[in-house]
Amino acid sequence: MIFSGKLKKGTIRRIMGEFKVHRVRFFDYMPSGIRAIAFNRQTERIAVARVDGSVEIFTILYNLFQEKVIPGKEQRSIEALCWVGERLFSVGLSGEIIEFDLHNLRPRFTIDAYGGPIWTITANPQGTHLAVGCEDGTVKLFEILEDKIQFERNLDRKKGRILSLSWHPSGTKIAAGMMDMIRVFDVKTGHAIHRLLVDKAAGAPRDQECVVWSVVYLSNDTVISGDSSGKVKVWDALTGTLIKNHDVTKWDVLALSLSQDETSLVAGTSEGTVVQFQFLSSVLGKEDKEWVRTRTFKNHTHDVRALAEMDTAIISGGLDTQLVVRPLLEKHDVKSQASALRKAQFPHRRLVSCAKKAQLLLFQYPSHLELWRLGEGEEEGTPGEKVPVRRIPEKLLQLKAKGEEHIFCSAVSPCGEWLVYSTTSSLRLYKLQYENNNISITKVSKLPKVLRWAHQLCFSADSSQLFAASGRSSVHMVSLNPEGCKHKHTFKPKNGSTQPIHLLTVSENGLWLATANSDCEVHIYSLSTLKSHCTVPVYRSGVSAMAIHPTKNNLFIAHADQQVFEFSIELEQYTDWSRKVQREGLHLKWLERDTPIMNVTFNPRNPDHIILHDMYMFCVLDQSLPLPDKKSQFFNQLTLKSLPEQERKTRCHAFKVCKLFQPLMCVDVLEDHSLVVVERSLLDIVAKLPAPVKQKKFAT
Amino acid sequence: MAALFEGSTLCALSVAQNCTESGIEGIELKGDDDHVVVTDSTRSITVYKVSDQKPLGSWTVKQGQRITCPAVYNSKTREYVVVTDDKVIRVWKDDDISLDKAFKATVSSDVWRVHSAPDQEPVVLFRRGAVQLLDSLLAEPQQDVENILSEEEVIRWSTLVTSGKQQWILYITEHKGEHCLHVQSLGNMSRVAYRLEGTGSTSLSYSVSPRSGNLHILSLYPDGCVYESIVPMRLPEGVEGKVLPLPRTLLLMLPLGEGELASASAVPLDSAHVAVVGVPHPSAGAGKDYLCIWNTNFQTLQAGKEMAGRIYGQLWCYCGKLYVPHGKALSVIPFECQKSSLAAAMGKLKQPGGCELNPPVPVASWGAVTQEQTSASAVETRKNRLTRKSQGASAIAVDQLIELIKTGSEDQVHKAMTSFLSKSDLPGLQLAVGNLASALVTRSLEEPSFYPHKVLVQLVHTKCLCHSVCPDLLKLALEKKDSALCQFCLQVFPDIPEAITCACLKAFLSTPDSELETVTLETDSVAYMEGLSAVTVQEKEENETQQNGFSTPAAAEENSSEAQHPLHQKPKLASSMSLDMTRPVGLHKAVLLNEILQTPYSDSFLLPHLKDLSAPQVILFLQYLQFLYVKYYQEINTQVPALRSPTMTQIIDWVCMLVDAHFTVLVMAPEAKELLAGLHSFVKAQMRLFTGLGKIEGSLHALKKAKPSKDNSQYSIEVIELF
Repeated sequence: MIFSGKLKKGTIRRIMGEFKVHRVRFFDYMPSGIRAIAFNRQTERIAVARVDGSVEIFTILYNLFQEKVIPGKEQRSIEALCWVGERLFSVGLSGEIIEFDLHNLRPRFTIDAYGGPIWTITANPQGTHLAVGCEDGTVKLFEILEDKIQFERNLDRKKGRILSLSWHPSGTKIAAGMMDMIRVFDVKTGHAIHRLLVDKAAGAPRDQECVVWSVVYLSNDTVISGDSSGKVKVWDALTGTLIKNHDVTKWDVLALSLSQDETSLVAGTSEGTVVQFQFLSSVLGKEDKEWVRTRTFKNHTHDVRALAEMDTAIISGGLDTQLVVRPLLEKHDVKSQASALRKAQFPHRRLVSCAKKAQLLLFQYPSHLELWRLGEGEEEGTPGEKVPVRRIPEKLLQLKAKGEEHIFCSAVSPCGEWLVYSTTSSLRLYKLQYENNNISITKVSKLPKVLRWAHQLCFSADSSQLFAASGRSSVHMVSLNPEGCKHKHTFKPKNGSTQPIHLLTVSENGLWLATANSDCEVHIYSLSTLKSHCTVPVYRSGVSAMAIHPTKNNLFIAHADQQVFEFSIELEQYTDWSRKVQREGLHLKWLERDTPIMNVTFNPRNPDHIILHDMYMFCVLDQSLPLPDKKSQFFNQLTLKSLPEQERKTRCHAFKVCKLFQPLMCVDVLEDHSLVVVERSLLDIVAKLPAPVKQKKFAT
Repeated sequence: MAALFEGSTLCALSVAQNCTESGIEGIELKGDDDHVVVTDSTRSITVYKVSDQKPLGSWTVKQGQRITCPAVYNSKTREYVVVTDDKVIRVWKDDDISLDKAFKATVSSDVWRVHSAPDQEPVVLFRRGAVQLLDSLLAEPQQDVENILSEEEVIRWSTLVTSGKQQWILYITEHKGEHCLHVQSLGNMSRVAYRLEGTGSTSLSYSVSPRSGNLHILSLYPDGCVYESIVPMRLPEGVEGKVLPLPRTLLLMLPLGEGELASASAVPLDSAHVAVVGVPHPSAGAGKDYLCIWNTNFQTLQAGKEMAGRIYGQLWCYCGKLYVPHGKALSVIPFECQKSSLAAAMGKLKQPGGCELNPPVPVASWGAVTQEQTSASAVETRKNRLTRKSQGASAIAVDQLIELIKTGSEDQVHKAMTSFLSKSDLPGLQLAVGNLASALVTRSLEEPSFYPHKVLVQLVHTKCLCHSVCPDLLKLALEKKDSALCQFCLQVFPDIPEAITCACLKAFLSTPDSELETVTLETDSVAYMEGLSAVTVQEKEENETQQNGFSTPAAAEENSSEAQHPLHQKPKLASSMSLDMTRPVGLHKAVLLNEILQTPYSDSFLLPHLKDLSAPQVILFLQYLQFLYVKYYQEINTQVPALRSPTMTQIIDWVCMLVDAHFTVLVMAPEAKELLAGLHSFVKAQMRLFTGLGKIEGSLHALKKAKPSKDNSQYSIEVIELF
């Protein structure tokens, strides 16, 4: 079928699977560099702090998936992150220690350490104290209490800033990386026991200091440091002597991370390499072990600013904005999802919302929103070719967010007349009016009091209601009127979950609302009775996208581990198709994909078609066709194209994958049945990054 | 890493001059690791304390008696056991002075060996394959002994292996060129026979080590290959009387200088190291008198030691010491093998320990598969046998041919070679051809009158030869002034060293043309050169008639010797530097020089050798290169078809190198002045042409670049179709 608005008189061409696609490349999304990474071994979560002050929580269980995002703030720069149990602390150049509330996705409290900018924070292995390193040269100890932290004392103050800290596993000593030296402090007395002098790089100017960017303190009283002269040094902290000097790079060694069993250490450099060291004896089975440089990984183009070593993989991030999980292949016996290299380049949530009726796109940037009207083209076109554009797309609005806080979430109503966004502390709703080519925007002033902020926003299909996900997994329902807005109801999950909601979806007929939260729970509410309808059985992996079918009222759920389910809301059970998928299993090529499904929509012309997309492909899932079996070719579009019509039918399977458009930020279906795809070229992102350190390449 | 330490001499050998036998029958441990029993084939048995290098006792058999098996020590009863004259078993103790007075028993059948392991009863292996414990045999010496092997089957080697409480006797028999491994478990006396795979040649040495549930059998072949076969310790059941195929895997390929190994031996030291004696050190010439330790995981040489004097291909390894008879001494060399942790760090080594019982024999081989099939179908068997026979025949043919080459006349060799080459299309041809070529060259070098030109050409034409296989071939051809063979070699060999290339060049340049014209060269290249010369003539005619009013007069009028405009260059050059150059060398010489131009080289290696050319040679060669260059430029649109012709780049590279190497000579030589000036003006003109082309390329590139930028627009509407 042709998915164009009006068909020319009498010429109804019925070709299956022909789509008119608005290919949009004017969303200048720019991710922010990674500044710090902290890995929580108990919960298997990775906290990532970016240069713009935002913090993201990833889980590594069943694929790398971004579970939570805490938006950044102007002036907030995070220098280090630290987990204590399930609590997450950060410090930054503002001189404050922030604990984050991971349930409400906002800072829980902020304490000024009164020592100038803070470079580093670490908790002692016992989890009772935090040590922070300040610009004024003090190491400050804070006691961790139930719901706050309390300043305890300073260790002896020395001249020179403290850039890195590491506790001895016993918790009695601290190594501090400073300018030109490392000091080892006795925690009890607060006195410095040792002063380890770090020399500058050969040929460096005399006044140039050597910065000890990172230190680690091992249980066998070894201190390992990484510094700006490009060296990884191994020290004996008992005698204060240098044992071994590894010349790693001509530039800086920025980050170090030690494995839990203290046999492996990784160092991140300015060249974008990650160098692994291992504690080995040169002869098998002998005791005299030493730190040996073993492997070099190059997955980054820019500074590797942050590193963490899990048991089976190395997590690294840096100024090139991507988070890389590099598996250590010797720890994996079989090729599996866990042994694949994973990269998180784009956020795993939508930054684009689409007004289907009004053909508008709303782009969410950290501190402003852009509203665009899509262009128009000729009605007819031959497959594989471009259609002449009659009207070019137009930027209708650029809305700057009020205040310092970055935008958390935003939405535009399907009719295009309402626009809403929320930061961590304020929610703003706007009414848009179009007159000819003019657009006027008015802020809705009187909002119900419950609408102070939202984790996720969504309009009903007829644009009469706004749904805002709030704390404790609750959803506020607000009716929209030009005269004013009225709070109708608040939906709360029966089990009293405190986790934030990251996905909201309303059925086309306005009868059902589904929510998904970070505990992998999916709740379904009835909008007619205003009651909780049912809960989908909890699956182990997080929900990455979901939507309710407009006619069948089935909830289609895509999970981060690439499984898909279809849940009948009316029958409160999985549909037969979903059971069939689970029985037969998905194709290996589908399961091996790297990025989660980011959006689910439906083809209004064919109720069997479900449109899914991840970063590298979009896929029309045809439920009427058989599932691909293990041996069949999964990416078969090119093969099918070359086959005659009759043969195609025998080779068809349910997954029609299109990789023409990459990398994708959003795929959605407009009311006139055309598709809109939003691409963001990775090359453009790289081009906007600062230049990497210069490296000598062969023959240049 | 492994290391060989300073050794010591245990005893002197009484060896006659040029004797290939060391005179040592065997070395066995005596109880602890510091005492050994050395059995001398000249009738004596001596016990040494190794750390003191001191004999502790010695026994000699009477004149006329022969020791037929190395003496062993039974640590249980503190007795020595030896067999004399095949049938007489003698047992004595340390305090017995004379062997004659010791206990002796005559058995009914010939004994091959007596084997003993510490704290175990010695075991007797008879020549016909029967195995018996010594004490049960001595209880009734004249008992009948079962014959397991047939009359013709001969035991070549045997050993006793102990692992835990289990013991096995392994022996290898030869029967009609086929080698079989027999494994006999001493626990339940079950016996399994395996046919060794691919034994066209006889192995020089065997050794066995028990490891993780399997017996690893190591064999060294005269071609320098060390193979490993694996037999499970738990012998397969229900295979009595059958001969199972035993696949082998290539563990190590030892570098051999020339020829095959005659006396060498390999012993496994641990799972990753093998000690080899009698094989050349890869970086120390062709001498074979080295003791080396190789790492089989990484195929690396770990340690090497030169052993003075002749190597007898004998090697024993007990308790961290290697016992090597060489020259006139038996040396004891302590060694150490450390397991490198590299493999462990790289995750390539599974955790050591905890892998005591591996699933037996994981190795399968194609040979094994076909062997299994043979037992399945009789027709297959016959076919298989046929192919094996034919393979055997050709293998023999190579040896015969080499023998023939050593003595036969040129005609005989030629005939034999033709028949051999026409028959054989087997994969081993490469090896065979290499051996044959070496043999031919060796003979030719030794015997100046013998020079089988045709045979050598035949061999080169198989394209199985390369320079490194037979480095003396090209030298020989040069010596014999065999330009035709040189040409073929230059065409076929991919790896001619730069020194040899230069020697060829020098030879070609210095040979007078008249001498070369008589040689029959490869026709294609000759035709090519003729074609090139013909083009000149044709071009000349064209030059006179062409140019429908196009710029000739203008160019002729210009009196500068340089071309002003690239497009007018051709006629211009004709006037400036006699484009109708005659070939400065004869036809055949030109053909040979072309081959030189096309050989691969590396300029940093070539340059020093190029300096050896004399000034007239340089000038002649440069003239020829200039001739080619100009010709190429002229016939750019009338290319002469040829399979092999030097490319423009090759010519220019050679010009550059030649000028580089002989810059001072060329500057000083008056006769080179004109040549260089001509070359310079021609190159200069070309440069202008290319700058012009460069400009055009630039603008075309910009045009090309300008187009796709449109494709990168911010917005488009496309129609796609999914099937």
